[in-house]
Amino acid sequence: MRRLLLLPVTILGLTLLIFLFMSALSPYQLLSTYVSNPRQLQGGAAKTLIKQYGLDKPFYIKYVNYLDQIIHGNLGWSVTLNEPVTETIVQRFPATIELAIYAIIPIIFIGIWLGVVAAVHHNGFIDQILRVVALIGYSVPAFVLGLVLLFIFYGVLGWLPPGRLGLSFDMIYNSPVFHHYTGLVTIDALLNGRIWMFLDAIKHLIDPVITLSFLSWAGLLRITRSSMLESLGQDYVRTARAKGLSENVVINKHARRNALIPATTVAGLMFIGILGGVVITETIFNFPGIGSLMAQASEQLDYATVLGLTLVYGLVTVIGNLIVDVSYALIDPRVRLG
Amino acid sequence: MEGFIKVVRKIFRNPVSFVGVLLVAFFIVIAVFAPLFAPPQYPSNPYMMPQSGLSAVPMPPSAQHIFGTTQGQYDIYYGVIWGTRTAFKVGIVVIGLALIIGIFIGTMAAYFGGWLDELLMRLTDIFLAFPFFVGVIVVITILGPGITNVMWALVIFYWMTYARLIRGSMLEIKENQYVMAAVALGTPGATIITRHLIPNSIFPVIIQASMDMATIPLTAAALSFLGLGAPVGYADWGQLVAFSRNWIITPSGGNPFTYWYTIFFPSITIVLYALGWNLLGDTLRDILDPRMLI
Repeated sequence: MRRLLLLPVTILGLTLLIFLFMSALSPYQLLSTYVSNPRQLQGGAAKTLIKQYGLDKPFYIKYVNYLDQIIHGNLGWSVTLNEPVTETIVQRFPATIELAIYAIIPIIFIGIWLGVVAAVHHNGFIDQILRVVALIGYSVPAFVLGLVLLFIFYGVLGWLPPGRLGLSFDMIYNSPVFHHYTGLVTIDALLNGRIWMFLDAIKHLIDPVITLSFLSWAGLLRITRSSMLESLGQDYVRTARAKGLSENVVINKHARRNALIPATTVAGLMFIGILGGVVITETIFNFPGIGSLMAQASEQLDYATVLGLTLVYGLVTVIGNLIVDVSYALIDPRVRLG
Repeated sequence: MEGFIKVVRKIFRNPVSFVGVLLVAFFIVIAVFAPLFAPPQYPSNPYMMPQSGLSAVPMPPSAQHIFGTTQGQYDIYYGVIWGTRTAFKVGIVVIGLALIIGIFIGTMAAYFGGWLDELLMRLTDIFLAFPFFVGVIVVITILGPGITNVMWALVIFYWMTYARLIRGSMLEIKENQYVMAAVALGTPGATIITRHLIPNSIFPVIIQASMDMATIPLTAAALSFLGLGAPVGYADWGQLVAFSRNWIITPSGGNPFTYWYTIFFPSITIVLYALGWNLLGDTLRDILDPRMLI
């Protein structure tokens, strides 16, 4: 309950922080975040507009104006893409969500499975090997791994091209015959009954999914390992062993179920983290989501897009974290949120 | 001192940890003696990589350029050596500043508690509401690119980790009887903080900081890779990797391995550097943090 009450405070603080960043820009640079059509800037209009939007006013009036704009869903005009920022973000968000969904699946399965294995063989040979492998996993940055994968599977073998869809499928996807039910290419392709398009989309997803999941499974391994070790030391595990249950049942039924609680939370946080961490991966693989949009916009000094995306990222993170916290309390009755 | 000897003994007992220490020591030597390993051509600005010719096509390793050259004829060996210095510079400055801010805010929150704690923690929450990389990109977009601005951006969005760690561990330490005894004796608050609280709650922060010596320079390198960090020609690992991109992924019909050296040397350096610090941090965690020992 307390967390729910704090949510508006955090969101208000978030907008204030973004607003502070905006204040570092000159009124002319800022105009792009307010107008919704470039024609409004022609001629001597810029000066009038600065007056009209109150950009020469004191900061608290500007801040209220800014809040008013974002409540109405107006994030400004993207100079480089020639369309409203809100529209661009709505258009490109599904691609990132699709990527994150496919990336979190191998992370959860591999991370949890290896974590349990490491805990069962605590301090044994397998545990040591997994420790080193996990540390190597931490040490390979996304831009190196992504390029190496692109080099092998595209440069050398020519199997997995960058992008989201092949050229011909991309044309079908953008044609009016194709119905966009969800915005997720793989699911839409199946709903439209285009199995080859589905396979093409999967082909384009493999490389970025490997890159993203490689960065995170090691973290989940560690969490699962330590929480598994903790629950293996609990009284109910000793009781289960004393009852004469087989080791298999003790590990899989008694210990693992309880060890999974922190792991689920971390997996939830990782999903949100992936949404934020896609900037590099999407750029390397030319994947048209909001991550590559962020990198592009920043490089071309498209302030409106960068600030708008930051706001969206902030909101997704704050609300996502809250959902994870609340579901943690729901799964584990021992946790009472203060 | 006794604790330090214990740490050293444990490091030498575990071969994996020992490899980590060796790797870190290796890179420290490279960073310190960079002018000996790769004498700068422009002594006033040694971080700029020397350029031999303007040909766009990378040249394979030769006697003159032992790791080959990138597009635009920057010497890869020079970039790797001075890039190590860049990595240490970024790591030390960013982590140092973030530690100062983080420890100050965390200590204030934990020691005084009450409304100050609430205020500082809400402030921390607001900065944590942005994904780290996204926050950093925004600041760079506004400040403009360049290695100094990258460092500021990293500090602005990284101090929260340390503030939270120190606050959490200090709240535990605060309950100890020796702290109560110090309070009862009338010891001034500043002395309690510097003599009792900080020295006893700093361990999780040290572990985190040594892991961050891997993460932070790699984040800076990632920004350079995106073209948001160091200027063109600055000795930086991320930039070297970015240079290789156009040469290794275009299926030109020719042998894709022709330009292998453009990606191989920078990548292997980055991975070994990060691995060294991660192994060291992991060892420190095993030794210093008893909770991870179960």
